[in-house]
Amino acid sequence: MSSLPVFWNEFTAWLPHVQLAHFLIVSAVLFALGLYGIVTRKNAILVLMGIELVLNAANINLIAFSRYSTLRLDGQVAAIFVIILAACEAAIALAIVLNIYHRFHTVNVDEVSNLKE
Amino acid sequence: MQLFDLVFYVFAFITIVSGFIVVFSKNIIYSAFSLLFTFFGVAGLYVLLQADFLAVTQILIYVGGILVLLLFGLMLTNNVINVEIKTGTIQTVPALILVAIVAGTLAGLFYSTWRSAGSAMINLPPTTQTLGEMLMTSYLLPFEIASVVLLVSLIGAAMTARRNRRVAS
Repeated sequence: MSSLPVFWNEFTAWLPHVQLAHFLIVSAVLFALGLYGIVTRKNAILVLMGIELVLNAANINLIAFSRYSTLRLDGQVAAIFVIILAACEAAIALAIVLNIYHRFHTVNVDEVSNLKE
Repeated sequence: MQLFDLVFYVFAFITIVSGFIVVFSKNIIYSAFSLLFTFFGVAGLYVLLQADFLAVTQILIYVGGILVLLLFGLMLTNNVINVEIKTGTIQTVPALILVAIVAGTLAGLFYSTWRSAGSAMINLPPTTQTLGEMLMTSYLLPFEIASVVLLVSLIGAAMTARRNRRVAS
């Protein structure tokens, strides 16, 4: 097992020089957090917050690649469209959640389970 | 370690720690307000990546629009008189398995590629004018579709959230 110290030395030499991979790691952590929030949260609005985290992670990826590759600004235009669609999604989802609250008097996603009145 | 790296680590720390609070806090209000810090941290990362227009857009739309909308939703659907607004979690074990699979895949990809990931950094000029020209030329069709989607979602949200719906007869 002599490869582990070698890996560790390379890793600590790599860590202070921020490159593309650093941004990708931050975005991956944010994506995993958002996914965990979407699956585990009971409150529907906290599920929406998890979705926003996932969209932000995707945006970090797009913008990092537009800086560190020859794509120039195409990634940033894609990120603008992601932000537009996130705004639409938040508005529609909030309207649906308000309707669910008026009908079921709860917004917990595990209690809203029947289709009939 | 230069200033760029230091600033990156500050913003990455803010983003990830407040993201943890968003996902793991029992108090809904704490989650909502730490989402604010997550958005600010992500905007700082955008500034580091020389996306100035997108950083300002992030703060305007996410913090000024989406977060306020989410807070409205929280206040309207919970008993605000009750000071401690708690929420529970469900399906913790399947979620942990799912997140472990995703994180393991990403870590494996990272382990196999991080030595070769030293691509050159491009210095971008200020992006606002170029972005506007691109939206009006090569991305004109997605731009128009996005405007129609915004209009439809505006009408749809207003129609869906209206309380008394009268049948026209």
